Amino acid sequence: MKLFGYRVPMMASLIVWCAIWELVGRSGALFLIPPLSDVLVAAVALVQTGTWQAAAITTLNSFLVGMALAILVGVAIGVLMGRSVAADNLLGIWVNIFVSAPLSALVPVLMILFGMGETTVVVTVFLFAVWIIVLDTRAGIQGVPPSLIEMGRSYGASRFALYFRIILLSALPEILAGIRLGVIRGVKGVVIGQLLVSILGYGELFELYSRNFDMENFWALTIILFAAAMLLSGLIESLEKRVDYYAGVR
Amino acid sequence: MRNITAQATAAATRLAGSDVAVEVRGISKLYSEVEALRAIDLDFPRGKLTTLLGPSGCGKTTLLKIIAGLIPATAGEIRVNGQVVTGPGPERAFVFQDFALMPWATVMRNVAFGLELKGMGRDERQAIAAKYIAEVGLTGFESKYPHELSGGMRQRVGLARAFAVNADVLLLDEPFSAVDEQNRRKFQEDLLSLVEKEKKTFIFVTHSIEEAVYCSDRIVILSRRPGRISQIIEPEIDRSASPDAIRRDQSYLDTVEEIWQGLKRYVD
Repeated sequence: MKLFGYRVPMMASLIVWCAIWELVGRSGALFLIPPLSDVLVAAVALVQTGTWQAAAITTLNSFLVGMALAILVGVAIGVLMGRSVAADNLLGIWVNIFVSAPLSALVPVLMILFGMGETTVVVTVFLFAVWIIVLDTRAGIQGVPPSLIEMGRSYGASRFALYFRIILLSALPEILAGIRLGVIRGVKGVVIGQLLVSILGYGELFELYSRNFDMENFWALTIILFAAAMLLSGLIESLEKRVDYYAGVR
Repeated sequence: MRNITAQATAAATRLAGSDVAVEVRGISKLYSEVEALRAIDLDFPRGKLTTLLGPSGCGKTTLLKIIAGLIPATAGEIRVNGQVVTGPGPERAFVFQDFALMPWATVMRNVAFGLELKGMGRDERQAIAAKYIAEVGLTGFESKYPHELSGGMRQRVGLARAFAVNADVLLLDEPFSAVDEQNRRKFQEDLLSLVEKEKKTFIFVTHSIEEAVYCSDRIVILSRRPGRISQIIEPEIDRSASPDAIRRDQSYLDTVEEIWQGLKRYVD
């Protein structure tokens, strides 16, 4: 974007919105929105408390375990669906239903199945993230050029080498894109899971602050979470950019 | 030029006495309802470049891939060096129409990939790969990725990869069709000098008559579906002349013309 002939950096619009937030907060028109400066002060204080640190570790733990499972299972099912028409027909309909279904509605059922603990949260993260990973992996596998597979076969690749040295690597850009989208969904999953279970990690804190109308801490928590989610997806995006040697060859 | 099929019938497709690298015996291929190839009997002489030429859909690429062991034949058998083959093998190497390079791997790794799959050590395979990278004229590009190369250079990588595994038989599936015209001519000339140098058996698929006549020791013309051998021609061209002289040579032009007259009826 250009303004008065000067090139404005992408993030500059954020400053405008921060200023608006600050002004609205200062005016006191909405008690739900305290000034941004107060929120940032609260955030700095918050991250130093033992409560927040414990909550963050619990949350991160559930998230990482859930994501690791989602990536393992998602890539495996995606490869299976991409390579076998039978598996694709059998599983395709379910994956497509779940990828767009409002999964939050399932969390109470999960609580009955897995109890009011971390397991439920891990399963929620898994269920939020896995489907998009399956779909993107499947698309990537189907996009592997047939000649690349013939090349592997004609030069004597074993079945194992064919998958791990050719097929998976060839589908890597799509698999990474699926994981990035999965991570974004997984963050939603961990928060929704914890909110509904509500005695765990971040969910417990959200519940606590919003019930007490402790808006500074509530927003501080939200901003930290958003920043963490953006950072994660940014990390994977930079990883995706590093595989730019795929450009124009596929 | 020698037109073998004009002199004798099917028996001429088998070479009497001379050294044969690949024997095709009674190969037929059916794709569900479609008959792609019907009872092909063919010998490929060792150390020569034989071209499979024909209209699109005549099954020439299918025949090449059956020889490569990439697709199974419905009937018949393929013998390489006298041994019946059922799948891909180290004595045959394939060069692909769309190059089939791994975009995530450098030129060096792509060329050495066949050796890597055989489990050869890193230093050894890189030394071999470097030799063939130099032979196809890509020295200095070892650490480039395929997307940094032109189409012609990419196919040189594909060719170097096929040479590197030291197979007896090289199978080339329209290797120049995705390469632009100027590069193609240069590449054809380079291929001829490589054929001379490497002393391997080349089986070459193309739909370009000029290319076939220019490069081949022997041209097998297939008829339209179901693919059958319609003619075998040996363009006896003096290859010691310069490439430009060959392209103006009367016997070269006559051969191109004769093949075109034979193929014309298949073109709609």
